[in-house]
Amino acid sequence: MARLSTFRFPFRFGRAAVLLLAGAYFLVPLACAVAFSIGAGVPGRSVSFDAYTGVIGADGFTDSLTLTLKLAAATIALVLGLLVPALVTVRLAAPGLRTLVEIVCLLPLVVPAVALVAGISAVLRWGPDHFAGTPIFHVLVALQDPNFPVVLVLAYTLMALPLAYRMLDTGLAAIDLRVLVEAARACRASWPRTLWQVVLPNLRGALLNTAFLTLALVLGEYTVAAILGYRPFAVWILAISGSQAQMSVAVSVMGLLFTWVLLLVIATAGRTRRPKETS
Amino acid sequence: MSVLQTAARGERKARSAGRGTGPRAGRRGLSRMTRWLGAAPLLVFAAVVFGLVLGMMVYGAFTTPETVPGGARLTGANMTASLHGAYLTALTGSVRLSALSALIATVVALPLAHVVVTSRFRVLREAVLAGSGVLANFGGVPLAFAFVATLGNAGVLTTHFHLLGHGWDLYSFWGLTLVYLYFLVPLMVLSLTPALEGLRRQWREAAHNNRANTFRYWAHVALPILTPSLLGGYVLLFGTAFSAYATAAAMVGSSVPLVTMQIADALSGDVLIGQGNVALALGVDMVLVAGLVMAVQLPLQRRSVRWLA
Repeated sequence: MARLSTFRFPFRFGRAAVLLLAGAYFLVPLACAVAFSIGAGVPGRSVSFDAYTGVIGADGFTDSLTLTLKLAAATIALVLGLLVPALVTVRLAAPGLRTLVEIVCLLPLVVPAVALVAGISAVLRWGPDHFAGTPIFHVLVALQDPNFPVVLVLAYTLMALPLAYRMLDTGLAAIDLRVLVEAARACRASWPRTLWQVVLPNLRGALLNTAFLTLALVLGEYTVAAILGYRPFAVWILAISGSQAQMSVAVSVMGLLFTWVLLLVIATAGRTRRPKETS
Repeated sequence: MSVLQTAARGERKARSAGRGTGPRAGRRGLSRMTRWLGAAPLLVFAAVVFGLVLGMMVYGAFTTPETVPGGARLTGANMTASLHGAYLTALTGSVRLSALSALIATVVALPLAHVVVTSRFRVLREAVLAGSGVLANFGGVPLAFAFVATLGNAGVLTTHFHLLGHGWDLYSFWGLTLVYLYFLVPLMVLSLTPALEGLRRQWREAAHNNRANTFRYWAHVALPILTPSLLGGYVLLFGTAFSAYATAAAMVGSSVPLVTMQIADALSGDVLIGQGNVALALGVDMVLVAGLVMAVQLPLQRRSVRWLA
């Protein structure tokens, strides 16, 4: 026992040093970003919160934010609408499809966002030349409507699939789906009613987690939107950074805090649930 | 990615718990077609959207542009071009940046994760793990701005300590590495935590009873057990850094050559005709690298889970 404590002794200082260094590295940039956005620490500027109060009235802020929120809502709806029926089907009726569905959902991990957008823009350039005058042409035009670019929803859905799949699959594995469904069916509930009133309420946690994560993904997504030439939130922040550096940092900080609260809610929810699963 | 792993862990637990319910029960009265119906939208969506995008990418990468005389012909020129000149520089630049930042992140994250996992303070552990989950998902434009405000040319620390005079430049290879570590280290902490939690106290005690000192314990017991997790985590970090675009684009512009920037530049249009197809070829290169990463990472992850179960 004495030996154990002697060799651990120098390690104590090591521990503190590791934690201090890591803490400094992770906290200093955040503190500096806040300081920069309120003008503290920048020579020749007085401290003011103009960058924060001015955001609401800033040119393009509401447009980009509403566009992003609309995209997020559509993406969440599409992700859940595609995945929930598929995963319930795989578990209940067609276990043979399991591998196929898993591969399909995890495949987007292999395609980085930049490569994905390269492919998308190739399709958008190639399509109109070949289908001029056909309904497909109109579909392609509608996909790129600048007021609501559906093509972004499709891209974001693909990007969200791996994460959403894991989340929902975990949620489904944690409940006894078959018993629930059989009980509901034995009580003569129709299939839609079984899904709507029995399966979905039991999946509430997983559904919410998936929705939050998808929202976080869409809020922060820059690559696809910027390259295709649309202007949702993240692209707008970068666009104003040239003329209003303080405000762009202020918006980043706020966006960050919002995303953090969102993800922390998920993290704590996940953490408090885990002990129950193991016991 | 990080959430994905935690989710995967929970799933395994839950799946093993729920084993034993046969697949037969819910099928009654359903024909084969109706049974597949629920999965059809997902499969059709993936086949159409993903298939079209990937198909066009591969097709474009191996053909000449339709605008040139003679139309689209099969060619390997795009792929060749994507591996020469400025594109090759960008590709190696990306690989170098990813390999190096992933290595540093691994080296930094191991002691950090160890300190956190073995800490006596529950609050510290919970806080660091939750914080890591958040930071690992934190990238892109806000991260770039936080660092520009801190260490950029007009950043708070830069002006305060007159770093520019000492040759500091955030918009360089090393500056970018420093920024990438901000989300790579937490990601590594997250992927190492389960493995470190699996190291039993008894192994350490047994090693010490056999007169091993701390160094020998780590060299002969802990590190060999952790190797699959370390390698798997390293590859995961490499892939994450390799495909990152927004942070670099918002921060350094094109002063550091990266393959993601080359693709974006080639797509934005103000380049020579035919570069679009080279961009697609570069995209294929990236998919190949990412595929390789996954092919290495998944078996390693599975192995580390098996050893520490």
